[in-house]
Amino acid sequence: MTGLILILLAACLLAASGVPGLFAPGRAGWSERVAAGAMVLAGVFGLGGALFAGVGADASMEVAWGLPWGRFEVALDPVTRAFLLPVFLVPALGSVYGLGYWKQRENPGTGRRLRLFYGLMPAAMAMILISRDGVLFLLAWEVMALSAFFLVVTEDDRPEAREAGWVYFVATHVGTLSLFAMFVVMRQATGSFSLIPIEASGASAAVSNAVFVLAAIGFGLKAGLMPLHVWLPGAHANAPSHVSAVLSGVMLNMGIYGLIRMSGLWPTPPTWWGATLLGAGAVSAVVGIAYAIGQDDVKRLLAYSSIENMGIIAIGLGLALIGRATGQSEWAALGLGGAILHAWNHSLFKPLLFFGAGSVLHGTGTRRMDQLGGLAGRMPRTAVLFVIGSVAICALPPLNGFVSELLIYLGLFRTVTGGGVQWPAAAAPALGLAGGLAAAAFAKLCGTVFLGQPRSELSMRAHESTPIMLVPMAVLAVLCVALGIYPAAGAPLIDQAVGMWWSGAGPASPSILTMAPLGWLPLTSVALLGAGVGAYMVLRRAMKPGASPRPGTWDCGYAAPTRRMQYTGSSFSQTLVSLFSWALWPRVRRTKVRGLFPGSGRYRSEVPDAVLDRTVLPGVRIAADFLGWMRLLQQGQIQVYVLYVLLTVLVLFASMYMV
Amino acid sequence: MNSAADAMLVLVLLLNFFVLGSSRIRSIIYTVAAQGVLLGILPVLVHGELGVRETIVSVGAIALKAVFIPRMLMRAMADLPIRREIEPLVGFRLSLLLGAAGTGISLALAARLPTAGTTGAQLLVPASFATILTGFIVLTTRVKAITQVLGYLVLENGIFIFGLLLLKAMPFLVEVGVLLDLFVAIFVMGIMINHISREFSSISTERLSALKE
Repeated sequence: MTGLILILLAACLLAASGVPGLFAPGRAGWSERVAAGAMVLAGVFGLGGALFAGVGADASMEVAWGLPWGRFEVALDPVTRAFLLPVFLVPALGSVYGLGYWKQRENPGTGRRLRLFYGLMPAAMAMILISRDGVLFLLAWEVMALSAFFLVVTEDDRPEAREAGWVYFVATHVGTLSLFAMFVVMRQATGSFSLIPIEASGASAAVSNAVFVLAAIGFGLKAGLMPLHVWLPGAHANAPSHVSAVLSGVMLNMGIYGLIRMSGLWPTPPTWWGATLLGAGAVSAVVGIAYAIGQDDVKRLLAYSSIENMGIIAIGLGLALIGRATGQSEWAALGLGGAILHAWNHSLFKPLLFFGAGSVLHGTGTRRMDQLGGLAGRMPRTAVLFVIGSVAICALPPLNGFVSELLIYLGLFRTVTGGGVQWPAAAAPALGLAGGLAAAAFAKLCGTVFLGQPRSELSMRAHESTPIMLVPMAVLAVLCVALGIYPAAGAPLIDQAVGMWWSGAGPASPSILTMAPLGWLPLTSVALLGAGVGAYMVLRRAMKPGASPRPGTWDCGYAAPTRRMQYTGSSFSQTLVSLFSWALWPRVRRTKVRGLFPGSGRYRSEVPDAVLDRTVLPGVRIAADFLGWMRLLQQGQIQVYVLYVLLTVLVLFASMYMV
Repeated sequence: MNSAADAMLVLVLLLNFFVLGSSRIRSIIYTVAAQGVLLGILPVLVHGELGVRETIVSVGAIALKAVFIPRMLMRAMADLPIRREIEPLVGFRLSLLLGAAGTGISLALAARLPTAGTTGAQLLVPASFATILTGFIVLTTRVKAITQVLGYLVLENGIFIFGLLLLKAMPFLVEVGVLLDLFVAIFVMGIMINHISREFSSISTERLSALKE
């Protein structure tokens, strides 16, 4: 109960954090400090309420509200708690980062609006997580979705930002529509809008399957699982970086949370539910990261990498659902445990990377990799923090990404030996492929941005960010390392969440500590770090400073290299992009090279999103042509619109009269 | 059964017709104010007692509907270059006929509704429907923004009458919902009038159609 009150208090504080600023004059700096202070305070309250207060049957409350439908019913249980932690951590850090990144003094037109919605969105997300009633859930869901829309279009003077905002707006409303339908169908099964477990006999197979399909569409759109990811790259790339960090690190989790919450209501779901998630996850992981490799825009690359990570989480969740369907508690524990841990990890390293990308954007003014380069010397602190985040996201030990993928791997391997169905193991190669491609993508990103020589004037004039932007990044980096070296610290929280999810399905689920060698990880991590440091020392001694001139990273061994001879991002990824051209459909324009002494040529390649640009947008255009006559209804006169209302009322009256 | 309340409701219905048939804005404002007074008295008559709740609703309704808003509208009339005549899209006679038809439909409908006859006043439900329809007719057939405000007011009056049915069951909803709803509508339209008078130098919503798309 205390925990809930603290969390509600934190949510109120978050929602109100941007309000005082609305009354401040345009260039006053105090309003942004007030907002950031309120958000940090809310983060402390919320984390305290989530971590140190009790969870369980008594941690719920219901407040009477005057609305005719739904109830204000909130509760704190282990699953909710697991997802609450990033909601309170990342936006608080982001608001501090924003003090340097989006100064009110420099953005008098957009700063106040940005901060209002920057507080409102996490408040709505906290409400989503603690609500136990469909109506309350949908209200909070809409507040979150709309706040995110206003955050994405912060720079509404830029056409790309407006377009990304509209795509997001349409996508999120399709998702919400699907969730409305889901709750209505659920009500057929349970008789109320409450999120309560469904009896084995309570729902027919058709109703259950309908709920799952609607949930998969609604929550899948939010999580950005392929092919429902259309809104994600544009929105992440065009929002301010600390907004992208929250969108990617926290908001995508809401889709995952919804899937976990809904699937936990059925005691024995059909196997195909899990198989669907497993398949969608595998496709998202591999194709998502393949798209990331082809990108030239730093933030678009990170956005596609988010799709990959959501895919990995979906693989874990799919495995857990298959385990639930076939009564294998170990699969569920490893799959769901890995999924939750990976959601945490993604909430740590992805905001770190987006903050880093924002720092680069702030220091240089461009997001295009082919204009960057050589920033390691000019922005050393950002570079170190960014590399830590990159190592973590590539799932390399000893950082945290490795641990969560290890759990999912172990779960997938167990399907081969554990008896029962064996085909889920087929996701393991996909996971491995995605991991390898992720390493390639981030080698490209770090290599192009931070190593080599500057590729343009912009990156030559780069400057390091202020400490107020670096400290939040450092906090996230430290957490990444800590969770990577000592993951057992998070195990109790995860075990409780898995236990609660599994509770309706059979006897207690085993702890992940008994199945995964998490206790050994600190030892191996220390050994790895020691080996790394040792190798560095040996190399350093062998190289003897001053013996030879230090070559640039991408100078290809030429005697007198110029900047234009360097590898670019596109040339680095060219092999992989052409290998995956069956999925990516890259757009290449080049001039043919003819003769012994050819004239100057041009080469240009880009990888637009195949689903959005080749499927959804043409489809929408055809629909617009087809539905053009409906514009007759839109006359632009208030009287006509009121007439529509009147006619509707009269038709309703008439239908009542007929009955 | 509750003849005083029914008599009041008949008066409300008559005022509806006056709103539809009058050609001068000032007289319509007075009519709507008079309707507000009647509505303010109604809760007490319908429930036959003078409790705290009824008093609050009565006083609130009279203060808002009969004093505050009409004064605001009158001031708008005085301050802005609004011409005094109504500009209807359909003739007054047709408006009256439509209003009569609406009242007839309401009477016929109310008899079939399950809510009919649950409280003292017989005419409560039909009067409410008829007033709502009158508001709609004003909204759809008058051009000026200020007459739109009056249309909304009449519409809200109809909703208020219906809300009296619920005063016992859901008192809080009625008090907050009706008064607040009204308040919001008036303020929105007030802002609209200001905007129009400043930016288009005209109080006609026809100009708003330039905003379409």
